Amino acid sequence: MPQNEMSNISNPLPAVRFENVSRHFDQVRAVDNVSLEIRDGEFFSMLGPSGSGKTTCLRLIAGFEQPTSGKIFLHGAEVGELPPYERDVNTVFQDYALFPHMTVAENVGYGLMIRQVPGAERNERVNQALELVRLPQMGQRKPSQLSGGQRQRIALARALVNRPRVLLLDEPLGALDLKLRQEMQIELKEIQKRVGITFVFVTHDQEEALTMSDRIAVFNAGRIEQIGTPSQVYEHPATAFVAGFVGTSNLVRSDIAQKLTGSAQTFSIRPEKIRMVEPGTPVQNGWASVEGTIREVVYLGMFTRYIVAVEGGRELTVVRQNLDETSMDVLNAEGKRVQLTWQRAFDRMLETP
Amino acid sequence: MFSRNKSPQPFASRAPLGLKILVGFVLLFLYCPFGIILLYAFTTEETAFTFPPPGLTLDWFRVALFERPDIFPPLLLSIQVALVATAIALVLGSLIAFAISRTRFFGREAITFLVLLPIALPGIITGISLRSAFGLLGLDFTFWTIVIGHATFCIVVVYNNVIARLRRTGKSQMEASADLGAHSFQTFRYILLPAIGTALLAGGMLAFALSFDEVIVTTFTAGQQTTLPIWILNQLVRPRQRPVTNVVAVFVIALTFIPIFIAQRLMQDTNE
Amino acid sequence: MASISSAEPSPSFVRRLSTFLHKHPALVLILLLAVPLLWLGVIYLGSLGALLLQSFFKLDDFTGLVVREFTLDTYRQLFTQANLDIIIRSAVMAATVTIACALLAFPISFYMARYASSTGKVAFYIAVTLPLWSSYLVRVYSWKLILAKEGVIGWIFQALGLEPLLNAILAVPTIGGPSLSVSMYGTFLAFVYVWLPYMIIPTYTALERVPRSMLEASADLGARPQQTFWRVILPLALPGVIAGSIFTFSLTLGDYIIPGVLGNSAFFIGQVVLVQQGTAGNIPLAAAFTVVPMVIMFIYLFIAGRLGAFEAL
Repeated sequence: MPQNEMSNISNPLPAVRFENVSRHFDQVRAVDNVSLEIRDGEFFSMLGPSGSGKTTCLRLIAGFEQPTSGKIFLHGAEVGELPPYERDVNTVFQDYALFPHMTVAENVGYGLMIRQVPGAERNERVNQALELVRLPQMGQRKPSQLSGGQRQRIALARALVNRPRVLLLDEPLGALDLKLRQEMQIELKEIQKRVGITFVFVTHDQEEALTMSDRIAVFNAGRIEQIGTPSQVYEHPATAFVAGFVGTSNLVRSDIAQKLTGSAQTFSIRPEKIRMVEPGTPVQNGWASVEGTIREVVYLGMFTRYIVAVEGGRELTVVRQNLDETSMDVLNAEGKRVQLTWQRAFDRMLETP
Repeated sequence: MFSRNKSPQPFASRAPLGLKILVGFVLLFLYCPFGIILLYAFTTEETAFTFPPPGLTLDWFRVALFERPDIFPPLLLSIQVALVATAIALVLGSLIAFAISRTRFFGREAITFLVLLPIALPGIITGISLRSAFGLLGLDFTFWTIVIGHATFCIVVVYNNVIARLRRTGKSQMEASADLGAHSFQTFRYILLPAIGTALLAGGMLAFALSFDEVIVTTFTAGQQTTLPIWILNQLVRPRQRPVTNVVAVFVIALTFIPIFIAQRLMQDTNE
Repeated sequence: MASISSAEPSPSFVRRLSTFLHKHPALVLILLLAVPLLWLGVIYLGSLGALLLQSFFKLDDFTGLVVREFTLDTYRQLFTQANLDIIIRSAVMAATVTIACALLAFPISFYMARYASSTGKVAFYIAVTLPLWSSYLVRVYSWKLILAKEGVIGWIFQALGLEPLLNAILAVPTIGGPSLSVSMYGTFLAFVYVWLPYMIIPTYTALERVPRSMLEASADLGARPQQTFWRVILPLALPGVIAGSIFTFSLTLGDYIIPGVLGNSAFFIGQVVLVQQGTAGNIPLAAAFTVVPMVIMFIYLFIAGRLGAFEAL
């Protein structure tokens, strides 16, 4: 399992540590021998398609699931079979899980009430939490009277008010529409910086993960494919899966790879790194080059996606910003012969065949 | 898109007249008998069911209240049985619903089937089984033998209501409560109980109504005791002052309609 | 919550109990199910088992006492002509009642699901379930009033001058009788009336689950309303109808009140059971008779389960 080096950990005790953790449901290996460390105070994302084990990992941290094998540590202490209510973590649920029979203030104050925090202090902390999520006036409403975005914020306030050391977020933005989601991404990041709590964020949206995270773990089939900063994961995908799942990538295999790099090993190249020039343009040193025919043009407004058929029946996707071209220009490009070039420094050898 | 079918409207938005008439007929069929009983509670005729009644009087209500002391012990017994059977069904039905909803385990399907069995099988089977079992064990017929029979078929009513609510409530509210620091008993008190409260109330009311006028099983488990339905049955076989029976019937309808109506409202409100 | 629980001197007993239970989910399951299973498994199933057991005993004809030895004699008695007649009569009645209930229930269920407004649905639902839960006996009794010779139905026939027709109906052998309230007609009508709500509710539930878009899709694909009805709505409503039929069929098979109160003197299974275990004291034969509806119902439930009826309950 490829993982980036962990040498630069500032706090010797990671907020969360998985040691060879597995969780099996009957025959299904939802989480399969995962080891990871989440540093104290970082915004850590678990990214992967549905069923990749990311949510199960989150539920293992929260204590809703017990590992079939392996050990889980929270701030150095093994949590093992500790029930959720004995763990200093709080969760923002995917469906928010607000209690419908309580007001917003009662929802937010629930954890404090359970901990027998005195009434006056409880009120003050509830109000602070509501202000933090910018819904100070909503205390007396019922959850059913709130919009989806508001419920999401209340769920966040309800978790944060307890000042947990780790906050778990299970695809909390999944049910929101695009605009609201983008707003909340920025807001969540700001809140995280302000409160300084470790955030563990589960998402299947690679853009969301790239935008918000300090580090990302990319999950696939119960295993971690790669852990790294957003730029590491995007620029240096360790496996074909990561290259394909985070952003789009051209995977170049065998014969073409042999011709372009001198080795049959599969490599990936991002569509935006490929330049499209007139055929026969001289190739600079350190650049790869291949000729092909534009087979399809997809006009996307801000930029255009070209699918270019190159020799050997392969296709490469190229993305070009529409700097000078009009839509008419780009659509007429179909069938044109072009030369594709890119800096060799941008293609990535992948470990998996 | 198809010339013969310009609008993709599958059915007219208003019901065809024929259907409405049919619906009206079925509703009439369902409710007319109640009206008839009500009407005959006021008839002046004591021995037959002549329609239309030769005259109307309120006198039978007075007779039922003051001159027929044989009505009240059965009424009291029926209410007591219904209350106790409902209480038992509430506890047992909820326990099964909790167990079934929280985990998947071996035998889960078998238990659901077992809960359903007392109402899926004809009541007479429950009745005669219990009776012969009491006989084999040498037990006398008492208040408790009636209660055992009633509770057995009331369990499923409570179970159905509670499990439906638990399914709707979903696991994540319970998890959220634990996540916020509440141990299992606190979660039960603050989250689960309020969530299933109206389902319990509705289930309890239905169980009460079911038990209050049950006769098929009761015949086998009551021995010499007389519940109100058994009293009515006796009146059917050996009539004495028929309109008084009608008055009692009207009373039984009223006493069961009210909790059923409330239960239905509760279930509807929370379905929204 | 490591930091917080360490701040407390010692976690409360309840909290420790909760944690103990959390670590032993199987124990929780046992605690939850122990009493209910004791009740249903021992009291109820035990009684059923004891009853089944007794059906393998027989009554000594001379002493009138039950001989507790394994024998199939009692079951053999089921196959005497008189008893077979009773079984067939009951099964035919159950089937007819079921069909009649299905026919009456469908239009109103369809109306509720398709045409009623949302408040209308609630009102209809309550209107149908009120009789379902209330006073079985009183509802049976009401038919005694309605069908009596001098009662409403008789009056209507008289008013319309149709008395000869009524007399002709009542003169039909085996199902007729001196008046509607002492004939198979009465038995049938009361059965249909009493069990009808049991058919309406599951049929309505099944119809309600058919999404509007599915009907629109059918129309969009060129189906005429009748075709949509026969090819989409009816197949999807069928599990509901079958679920309802479990009740109507089973309840009719075991009932002994209605044929007693509203029948001619032809016996049904339920009445035989009652008489055999009561005045005749022949518990083995009564037990063997109850096995008949049980077997019929198990077969019925098996088929219904295959047809997906349990999802519609």
